[in-house]
Amino acid sequence: MRELEFQGINSIGIVVIISIFVGAVITIQTDYNIESPLLPRYLIGVGVRDMLLLEFSSTMVALILAGKVGSSIASELGTMRITEQIDALEIMGVNSASFLILPKIISTMFFFPLLTILSLIVGMSGGYAVALISDVSSPQEYVYGLQYVFYPHYFTYALKKMIVFAFIITTISAYHGYYAEGSSLEVGKSSTRAVVHSSIVILMFNLILTKLILR
Amino acid sequence: MLDDISISFEKGKTNLIIGKSGSGKTVLLKSIVGLHEVDEGTILFDDRDFTGMNFKQKKQVRKEFGMLFQGAALFDSFTVEENVRYPLDMFTDMSHEEKMERTNFCLHRVDMDKSNHFFPAELSGGMRKRVGIARAIALNPRYLFCDEPNSGLDPQTAIRIDKLIKEITAEFDITTIVNTHDMNSVMEIGDKVVFIYEGIKCWEGTRDDILSAENQYLNDFVFATNLAKTVKLIQNKKHNQGAG
Repeated sequence: MRELEFQGINSIGIVVIISIFVGAVITIQTDYNIESPLLPRYLIGVGVRDMLLLEFSSTMVALILAGKVGSSIASELGTMRITEQIDALEIMGVNSASFLILPKIISTMFFFPLLTILSLIVGMSGGYAVALISDVSSPQEYVYGLQYVFYPHYFTYALKKMIVFAFIITTISAYHGYYAEGSSLEVGKSSTRAVVHSSIVILMFNLILTKLILR
Repeated sequence: MLDDISISFEKGKTNLIIGKSGSGKTVLLKSIVGLHEVDEGTILFDDRDFTGMNFKQKKQVRKEFGMLFQGAALFDSFTVEENVRYPLDMFTDMSHEEKMERTNFCLHRVDMDKSNHFFPAELSGGMRKRVGIARAIALNPRYLFCDEPNSGLDPQTAIRIDKLIKEITAEFDITTIVNTHDMNSVMEIGDKVVFIYEGIKCWEGTRDDILSAENQYLNDFVFATNLAKTVKLIQNKKHNQGAG
């Protein structure tokens, strides 16, 4: 439960804030790019939905979480390593890697897909708010667009990606934190390395998974 | 790092490993408790070969260990009470009431009553060390290991920690091994003293032998401060006057 709170529940705020603004901005930009009067306005809703589903709510949110959760995991474990808390666990006969890292992996793989769903809902709501307060599209057209030719496959694709990204973020960050050595300066460096490496691997796996799943 | 070291530590006594920073004291202590794997040789705990054991066997022996780390190594996210109770949760089938009784006894023993609900960040360095000792003795260990118990403490608190270690060693008949470079500790609690220099055991004796030892490296270490040099000078003068 503690890990669920630290890695998941505490990330709800940032995911909500970013998703609502990104949803709103995508709505405005899609409207800006639809110049032809022949194209129906509900396509804005379709565009927002697919962009959130296919890329933002999984990959972009994962990159954000790599920064927030990844650095938190690396610095927590790094601090435990340099202050000998991990040695203290080992002395007590505890398998420290399993004891400290496994709950984090389980909690992120369970909770991050929920954050993806939350990001989708909030992002689409952000677009709806823009439709309400501006003239980019009528709310009815926007909602119609959200529902138009919906492929459930996109939804499972986003969730599958997020489960893999959660595993990547947690394991890479935990690795860098667990094997930190030296001073508090090293904890900072390991935290930075965790975010950079997680982000790069997420982008690589985004390409691989997209090629594998969206054939 | 360490080369050809052979030492036996005595039961019911405080055995000190001394040496300057970087001499290999911590590596030696961590090798003894199995945090570092040794390349060759054996580590025996009452004739049980610790180096040849698998993880499960080592875990059984480690139940008999208590360790005080340099920075106390209390778990930041746990309260004082949870820190001290943790080994009991891990290794015993005690009921909650029994665990609490033992936890409170250990905290009382180190004079940390009424600190149960504090977090480590709310404690001073000396208090953290005392909680660390309470956690180390929670399982009634046969072996107590202390890595630089006085580092970062003022002289009075350092003496208090030293006395506590000495008392607990005698009270529970524990084999205590203390890593230190603090000469006050050596003179205060060192029943047996081993001097390590650049990874090699250079000298072994008691605290009474240390001031008259002939070993140059040991003398350089022991009489490094002006105070110690003055004491040595006065001793030599008295010795010469006696001889004359």
